[in-house]
Amino acid sequence: MSYAKSTFRHPNLKVNDIGLTYRDYEGVVSTLCAGCGHDSISAAIVHACAELSLPPHKIAKMSGIGCSSKAPNYFLGRSHGFNSVHGRMPSVTTGANIANKDLTYLAMSGDGDTASIGLGQFAHVIRRRLNMVYMVANNGVYGLTKGQLAATSDKGARNKAGDISPFNEIDLCVMALQLGASFVARCFSGDRQQLVSILKAAISHEGFAFIDIISPCVTFNNQANSKRSYDYVQQHISTAAISDFVPVKDEISCDLPAGNYDDICLHDGSLIRLYKSDENFKCDDKLHAINMIEKHKVKNQILTGLLYVNPAIDTYHEVNQTSDTPLNQLREDVLCPGQRVLSSINESFR
Amino acid sequence: MKKTDVNTYQHYLKVVDCQQACPAHTPVPEYIRLITQQRYSDAYMLNWQSNVFPGILGRVCDRPCEPACRRTRVEDKAVAICRLKRVTADYKEDITERLPKAPKRQNGKRIALVGAGPASLTVARDLLPLGYQIDMFERDAKAGGMMRSQIPQFRLPHDVLDEELNYILDMGVNGYFNHPIDSLENLLNKNYDAVFIGTGAPKGRHLPLPGYDDCQLDIKIGIDWLSGVSFEHISEAPKRVVVLGGGNTAMDCCRTAKRLGATDVKVLVRSSFEAMKASPWEKEDAMAEEIAIMPNHSPLEYKRNDDGSIQIAFEKVISSYDKSNNRTLTPTGEIVKVDCDLVLVAIGQDTSFPWIERDIGLKFNDWSQPILNKLTLQSTLPQVFFGGDSAFGPENIITAVAHGHKAAISIDLFCHGKQPENRPDSDFNLISQKMGMHEWRYDNQIEHHQRLAVPHIDWQQASQQLATEVELGFDEQLALQEAQRCLNCDIQTVFTESKCIECSACEDICPLDCINFIDDIHKSGDANTLLAGKLRVEKATPEQDYFISDKLHTGHIMVKDEDLCVHCGLCAERCPTGAWDMQKLILSNIEATIK
Ligand SMILES: Cc1cc2nc3c(=O)[nH]c(=O)nc-3n(C[C@H](O)[C@H](O)[C@H](O)COP(=O)(O)OP(=O)(O)OC[C@H]3O[C@@H](n4cnc5c(N)ncnc54)[C@H](O)[C@@H]3O)c2cc1C
Ligand SMILES: Cc1ncc(C[n+]2csc(CCOP(=O)(O)OP(=O)(O)O)c2C)c(N)n1
Ligand code: SF4
Ligand code: SF4
Ligand code: SF4
Ligand SMILES: [Mg+2]
Repeated sequence: MSYAKSTFRHPNLKVNDIGLTYRDYEGVVSTLCAGCGHDSISAAIVHACAELSLPPHKIAKMSGIGCSSKAPNYFLGRSHGFNSVHGRMPSVTTGANIANKDLTYLAMSGDGDTASIGLGQFAHVIRRRLNMVYMVANNGVYGLTKGQLAATSDKGARNKAGDISPFNEIDLCVMALQLGASFVARCFSGDRQQLVSILKAAISHEGFAFIDIISPCVTFNNQANSKRSYDYVQQHISTAAISDFVPVKDEISCDLPAGNYDDICLHDGSLIRLYKSDENFKCDDKLHAINMIEKHKVKNQILTGLLYVNPAIDTYHEVNQTSDTPLNQLREDVLCPGQRVLSSINESFR
Repeated sequence: MKKTDVNTYQHYLKVVDCQQACPAHTPVPEYIRLITQQRYSDAYMLNWQSNVFPGILGRVCDRPCEPACRRTRVEDKAVAICRLKRVTADYKEDITERLPKAPKRQNGKRIALVGAGPASLTVARDLLPLGYQIDMFERDAKAGGMMRSQIPQFRLPHDVLDEELNYILDMGVNGYFNHPIDSLENLLNKNYDAVFIGTGAPKGRHLPLPGYDDCQLDIKIGIDWLSGVSFEHISEAPKRVVVLGGGNTAMDCCRTAKRLGATDVKVLVRSSFEAMKASPWEKEDAMAEEIAIMPNHSPLEYKRNDDGSIQIAFEKVISSYDKSNNRTLTPTGEIVKVDCDLVLVAIGQDTSFPWIERDIGLKFNDWSQPILNKLTLQSTLPQVFFGGDSAFGPENIITAVAHGHKAAISIDLFCHGKQPENRPDSDFNLISQKMGMHEWRYDNQIEHHQRLAVPHIDWQQASQQLATEVELGFDEQLALQEAQRCLNCDIQTVFTESKCIECSACEDICPLDCINFIDDIHKSGDANTLLAGKLRVEKATPEQDYFISDKLHTGHIMVKDEDLCVHCGLCAERCPTGAWDMQKLILSNIEATIK
C-alpha cells in the first residue's frame, strides 16, 4: 500500500497566475476505496482551484461525516478545513462565514449527511443564502457505514445487500431550487470536463451554489441493478447545455463557435457560456428547471449540467449588513466596544 | 486510433530505456533489484549472461544506458547503472560452478576466431557450451585485445581483466597466442566450418602537418604509445606532453603521461569542450588530475625549437552548428604556440586488413570495410563473419560483445545448414507482480535522493601510480542506497480494456500525468500529431511512445504517455477492477533480441 505519491513532476505542468501547478492543490493520498467517485470529485476540485489561481490559504474546506465528508483531506492540502459532525456542516460553515467572509467556502457533504440527518441544516443554509459552494457526493448509499440505502435512492432501488428502498427519493436539486438557491447544478463525477467548469462557475458565483454530484460507490452501489453505478450513469446521462467557464481575464474571442449558446455574466465579470443541445433550455427559470428534471426522470434519464443561476441576488451578509472586515482583523476595541455600548443596547430593549 | 501492439515485446522493451540502449540489452533493472536484495552472485550471473564482462564493463563501459536512464527525465542524474554493475562483481561469491561448461562430446564443428578481443571472446563463450571446437588466433601474447593493450590499469586492473577472460578461456578455448594471421586464404584452407574475424581497429591515424618530418621522432600515435606502456616497452614520459584530440584515447594518453613523469600535460582539441568525444566523466577525471584541456584549438604546424623541443602552432577557432548539427569551424586568426617534448596524436583509428586477400571473394566497400549483412554480420564469403571494431570501425567493448552474440547465432545457424537471416526471436513473458490488495513483489516506493558519487583515491596519489585503480567502487551501503534510485522500468503497466469502468482513479493518482482518457480519434497518422493538445500535459520527449488502448465501452480510449512513468504502481493500486496490473517483462534468450 502506498501512502505517498512521488514528488517528481511532469516538467511541462502548467503554472497558474500565482506560480502554482495543480499538484500544489493536492491533498494526501486518498484512503477511500480504489475507484470511488469521490476521489474523482476531489481531483476536479484540485483542477478547478488551480485553474482559477485561488490562493490555497484563502480556501476553507467544510464537511460533515461520511466517505464524502472525509474527502477534503484528499484535496487542497494547503488550505483550511473543518471536518464537523454528521449533518452539522451547514451550521459550522455559517459560523465561519459570518466570522470571515473573505474565504472561499468549499463544502463537501454526502447524500446521507445532507438528505437524512442534515436535511434541516441543509434547508436553512440555503434559505440563509450563505455565500458558499455546497457539494453533495451522491452515491445513493451510506458508504462509510457499509452501504445502507440513502434517502436520495429511487423508490424500489436495491443496494448490494438486496435491501429495497420503500419510499420516494429526495431530489436535492429540486429542494435547493424551491428553497431559493441562486446556483443549482447536477454533475457526474465521471464527467470531468463538465464538473470542472461548473465548479469554477460555482466558486465564482456570489451566493449559495449547490452541486449535486452523482458519485458511484464502487464498493456498495456499483452492482448491475444499481442506478448509481458507473455503467448505468454513463448510459443514462443527458446534458441540456454544455457549460464553459470564461474567466474575467480571458477576452471573449470574436470568432465564436457556431451553435446555439447563451452567456451568463457572473458577479465578478466572468462568464458562463452554455452551448445548448436542447433549443428550449433556459437556466434563469426555476420552474422550468424543476420541470426539466422531472421530465428527464420519466424518460429514465439523469439531467446534468447547470440547471439554474441567478447572478444578482443579495447574500446573507448583504441582507444582515454584517461586518465587511473579517472578525479576526478587527481591532479589539471595535470587536468589543465595552460596557457603555452594551448598556445602550440593553437600554434599547427596555 | 490504432491500438498499440502488445503481442510482441517491442513496445515493452522500449519502455526499459536503459536495457534498450544497451547494445547487449542487459536486463538492468532486474540486476539492480537483485542488488537491493543483496543477491550479488545472481546479479552478477544475470549480467554475465548478456554482457559477458560485468567486472570489466562495470569499470570502463561507455555506458550508453545512462543517458537513456528514465530517471534523467524526472531529476538531474541517471542511476549509476555502470558502477552498480561493478558492485555485482565486487560482492559476488565464487561463481565458477555456475558457469556453463563445454559438453564432453563436441558437435564436430570447428570455428576459427581471429583476434582475442571482447568480440571473439563472446563468440567463444556462446559457442563452446553448444559443443563447438574453438581455435582462437591472437597476435599478442595474451587475450583481451584493446582491453589489455589500450585501457590503462588505473582504470582497469589486470587481475579483474584476467578473471573474466579466464572464465571463457577455461571453458576450453584452443588459444594460439603470439600467432598473427597473415593470410585469410591460408586459414580458410584449413577447412573450418566458419571463421570469425574480430581483429579490431588497430591502426591509429597520423596528423602530418607542415614540419612533421623534422619532429617525427617525438610525435607518437596515441594508441601505439599506450600499448607500448601496457607491454612495458615505455616506462617514462618527458616533462611537457601535448595530446592532440578529444576522445577517450586522448584522455587515457594524458592521464598515463602524467603517471609516467610528465608535469605539464595539455590536451588540445579542435572542437568545443562540450562537443569533445570523450565521456564527461573521463574529462572530469583528467581535470581532477590537473591536466589542462584546451578546446577550440586547431593545429597548424610543428616546429623543432633550438633546444630540441617541439613547438606546435594552433589557430583558435569558433565551432558552430547548423540545424542538422553539422559543425563548422570558423578561424579567428588568433595564433597560440605551445612548446613540448612529446606529442601524442589521438585523433582516431581505423581497421586494417592487409592480411585479407582481395581475390578470394570477400568484398570490401570504397572505405576498405568488408561488406556485411548488418543483421547477421556475414560477409560476402558465407563462412566468414565479422564483429567488434573490425566490422564497422571503432566502437566500444559492449558493442563488440553485442556483435559477438549476434555472430554466434549466425554461425550456429550457418553450421546447421540454416539461413542466418531467419533468426529465432526471444520469448517474452509478463509476470504479474501483485501479491495482495496493495502489495507488490517489487519495492514500488519512489526514492527521491540524488545520485551518489563513487569513492576514489586521493587525486594527488592517483596521478602518480600507473597500476593503481583510481576508483574504489561503491561500498555496500552506498551501493544499496544508489540501487534504490532505480525506477524498476521493466515492471510494465499492462492495461486490460474490458475491465476498465472509467472511474478516472488512475488518471488522477498518476504523479507524472501519464494517463489520459480521451475521445477516440478517427484518423490515421503520426500519433504525436493526432494527440497534440488532447492530453493532460504536453509531451516532453517526442521519441517516446504512447500506449494506446482499444476502444472502451463508452467510446473513449486510454492513452498513456510512456515517457515519464516511474513505475510506482499507483495506477494499479487505485484501480478498482484490476484493469491496470504491474507486470515484469522477462526476456529469455536475450541475445536473440539484439537486432
Ligand atoms: C585508448 C583506448 C581506450 C579505450 N577505452 C575504452 C573504454 O573505456 N570503454 C570501452 O568500452 N571501450 C574502450 N575502447 C574501445 C575498445 O577497447 C574497443 O572497442 C574494443 O576492444 C573492440 O573489441 P574487438 O574485440 O573488436 O577488438 P580489439 O579489442 O581491438 O581486439 C582485437 C584483437 O585482435 C588482434 N589482432 C589484430 N589483427 C590480428 C591478426 N591479423 N591476427 C591475429 N590477431 C590479430 C589484436 O592483437 C587484438 O588483440 C578504448 C579504445 C582505446 C584505443
Ligand atoms: C450522529 C451520527 N449518526 C450516525 C452516524 C453514522 N454514520 C456515519 S457516516 C453515515 C452516513 C454517511 O453517508 P453519506 O453522507 O452518504 O456519505 P458516504 O459515505 O456515502 O459518502 C452515518 C449514518 C454518525 N457518524 N453520527
Ligand atoms: S465505501 Fe463507497 S463511498 Fe466509501 S470510499 Fe468506498 S467506494 Fe467510496
Ligand atoms: S506506474 Fe502508473 S501511476 Fe505510476 S507513474 Fe506509471 S502510469 Fe503513473
Ligand atoms: S482506475 Fe482502472 S477502472 Fe478506473 S479508469 Fe483507471 S483503468 Fe479504468
Ligand atoms: Mg452517500
